[in-house]
Amino acid sequence: MPDVRLVNVTKKFGKIVAVNNVSLHVHDKEYFSLLGPSGCGKTTLLRLIAGLIQPDEGEIYIGDRLVNDVPPEDRDIGFVFQTFALFPHMNAWDNVVYGPRVKGFHVEKAETIGHEVLEMVRLHERLDAFPNELSGGMMQRIAVARALAAGAELLLLDEPLGQLDAKVRNELRYEIRRMVRDLDLTAMHVTHDQSEAMAISDRIAVMKKGKILQVGTPKELYMKPKSIFVAHFIGESNFLEGYVLSINSEGTVIELRGGIRVKSAEKNWKEGERVVLAIRPETFFVEKGVKKNKNSILGIVERVTFEGTNIRYEVRLKNQDLVVVIKPSMIGEWLNIGEKVTVSFPPEKAPVFAYPEVGLREEISVE
Amino acid sequence: MPKLKIAEALDKLSSNTAVKNTVYIISIVIFFAFILLPPILGIIIKWGTMQDVLSEPKLMSEALNAIAASFAVAFFVSFIDVVAGVPMAWMIARGKSKWLSVLDTFSDIPFIVPTATLGYSLLLFWSDQSRGLSSLFGNPLVSPGWLLVILLHFTFSYPVIVRVMVGALLDYKLEYEQASRTLGAAPLTAARTVTFPILKPSMIASFILAFARSISETGATMMVAGAFINGPIFIKNHLGQDGPLVFVSFILIALSSMIFITIRLLGPKLKMPISKVWPTVERKLSSSAVAGSRNGLTLLIFLVLVLIPSLFVALPALEAIFTGTFSEALAGAGAWGEYWQSIFLTYSLGVLVTLVNVVIGLPMAILVARRKFGQLSSVMLDVLVNIPLIVPSVALGVSLAIFWKENFAFIPEIWLLIFAHLAITYPYFVRSMSAAVERINIELEEAARTLGAKPFRVFRTIVFPLTKYSMLSGAVMVFTRSVSETGATMVVSNLITAPVLLVNWVNSEVPTVTLGLGCGFLILFSFIILLVLRLVVRGRGIY
Repeated sequence: MPDVRLVNVTKKFGKIVAVNNVSLHVHDKEYFSLLGPSGCGKTTLLRLIAGLIQPDEGEIYIGDRLVNDVPPEDRDIGFVFQTFALFPHMNAWDNVVYGPRVKGFHVEKAETIGHEVLEMVRLHERLDAFPNELSGGMMQRIAVARALAAGAELLLLDEPLGQLDAKVRNELRYEIRRMVRDLDLTAMHVTHDQSEAMAISDRIAVMKKGKILQVGTPKELYMKPKSIFVAHFIGESNFLEGYVLSINSEGTVIELRGGIRVKSAEKNWKEGERVVLAIRPETFFVEKGVKKNKNSILGIVERVTFEGTNIRYEVRLKNQDLVVVIKPSMIGEWLNIGEKVTVSFPPEKAPVFAYPEVGLREEISVE
Repeated sequence: MPKLKIAEALDKLSSNTAVKNTVYIISIVIFFAFILLPPILGIIIKWGTMQDVLSEPKLMSEALNAIAASFAVAFFVSFIDVVAGVPMAWMIARGKSKWLSVLDTFSDIPFIVPTATLGYSLLLFWSDQSRGLSSLFGNPLVSPGWLLVILLHFTFSYPVIVRVMVGALLDYKLEYEQASRTLGAAPLTAARTVTFPILKPSMIASFILAFARSISETGATMMVAGAFINGPIFIKNHLGQDGPLVFVSFILIALSSMIFITIRLLGPKLKMPISKVWPTVERKLSSSAVAGSRNGLTLLIFLVLVLIPSLFVALPALEAIFTGTFSEALAGAGAWGEYWQSIFLTYSLGVLVTLVNVVIGLPMAILVARRKFGQLSSVMLDVLVNIPLIVPSVALGVSLAIFWKENFAFIPEIWLLIFAHLAITYPYFVRSMSAAVERINIELEEAARTLGAKPFRVFRTIVFPLTKYSMLSGAVMVFTRSVSETGATMVVSNLITAPVLLVNWVNSEVPTVTLGLGCGFLILFSFIILLVLRLVVRGRGIY
């Protein structure tokens, strides 16, 4: 059964270190996503696992087998390309049965598999069509069917939904998820879309500049980000800069800009340290007028955006920091632009990070 | 800034539809008046003389045999060329060694050796008992005749295949092949079932070019033909009689055109055998040992059948350095005065013809690629542009001479030479440019238009920068073809270009050292020009 293990894998292209000393264990039958901004090395990592490129250092195992020197055709993988890479000179059927054919399966067996996978992606009626006659969603499904037909137990998907419309994308991601589960496959899915990764993955690895920053379930990454970048990239965060004023049994007192004092439940900080608080927009309470709650800060509503499910406020705090607050649109009274409000947050939902050496802006940059 | 003002004025003019169409129409008129019709009209004017052949059964059967021999050689050679040239192109395009760009330049050598000299070089290499390969065996290894003709045609059409296929392989989207590999195909299977079927159009194009080159070549073939007679040799043997020339040229042009149109129409439907796969065998054949021996064999074929035979004639040039010949040559003593004059004429002609080609060929290339006047006219133009390629060069020379001398006697001979070289080289430039323009995503041009650029500005700022390598490659082909042209040049004028002079030297049996040095200089100059251009564009296999 295929689990995938990477041990200290490094890949350089000239001076650029695309994958930097990465170690990773993807479990058998897991749906695992590699998530990160463009250029973070996630596709390179996937291509290394597929054998399309070779690592400069480190070891890659599929199952118990060290595959560093194994060519892609012998790795028993299915690979779905971002551009689908459907062979333009073959129709859908020939594309789908290509894998079984080149693996030397008996004709009847190859055809049975072909029918099965086409059934699975519900494209039986289009098996005569050439790739240029198919819609984006159909091409994508044929690409998945082709990868599945080769009989792989490890499915590698390189931004498989990147070229599709939003609606189709949303439908297909659950479809792929369902197929992977039904067939008991292990899947590795590369994407830069965090909502896509959150929706379908058992676990996610967040990557930046060739390194894996954190691996965890979607919930872990969202609730307990281990770095400012992860807090920023998974979901949305407001960052408030300040210094540690004091530490007591309840947590840490932090002085924000403008002398505002707030508390976080975290304790392992030292006095005088420069820190950043990360607060999710939906964690904030916001009330009209001046209120005295824990961790309350006064501000003025600067912008109101109706987003359907939610309503999004941008509030200018009295220390001139701007924060985003999100509330369900169907619950409670809406606030108006220019309104004086009190914004507050619970200390236990305010993780603290050391102020990054490279500066906050550079740290959360996705460039 | 007057230069900018001119560009701006041209930008403005270019958005005027009437002006635009005028430019295109002028390019079509020039094509018909100077490139396409003169070589054909010369034949048509003398149409009646065909009776001379038709009324003489013996002459006619000889002519038909010669034509059949031409096609047999062209088919066989083009096929073998593809088989031998594609692995070479693969090695150049896919290899990682820096030396491959040197190899790439060396594979162009047969392009730059003057054709007649190339023939002589092969003759020395394969047949001369005193110097060539045959000296090892004591008797001629390959005597002049059909086999030597085949070896020769293989040698000069080999670079055509390599050039076209290297370009195609570099443009090819590697993802298809990778997809095939991830699905379980061995490297050989992936290449056979995915890469080559997708590159089929380029393989067909390279086949056609090699075929056309083989059908029309005269200068070199006559050096090695011995008793063997193909179409162009037949014409050459009956020079002075219009009947055989008209008859053979007409049939060669008509049949070749039909073959090309058939290939164009049927090519896309031609299925390569891809549904059957032999996994175990193909896997074994994909092993690095097999790939290594394939590369070795490819290199060996290149060295023994292409490179060394092409350069063989120039070998005595090394000897010349240690004798007085070298200093004599540099001093311009004796025959060398005429030599340097001919070199000057050859390269001036080459440069001029190249520049004229760029000016008159560009609008035509865009016309063909962008279907400015509709799909049908663009396909027709595309086929017509190829015709000068298939007219035997000696027949093209004769036909041009008939056309221009008999109707426009006042035209100086140098002009005839220019027209002849234009007609021969024009297809190369238009072909490579139109292919390059076709490769540019039209959305890029449209984007520029929506951003406010006038058509000429779009050309200056988008199309030109994206196609300048192809333009350079087209220009290089034009230049090398012009510099090495022999067959038509001899017939059309009495002016002595370097290749013509070298043929004269061969015939008047000048010392081998002199001849070798003469060839050596010409090859060296052209090689340096090619190498410099290649370094200027950097990146290999761009043209």
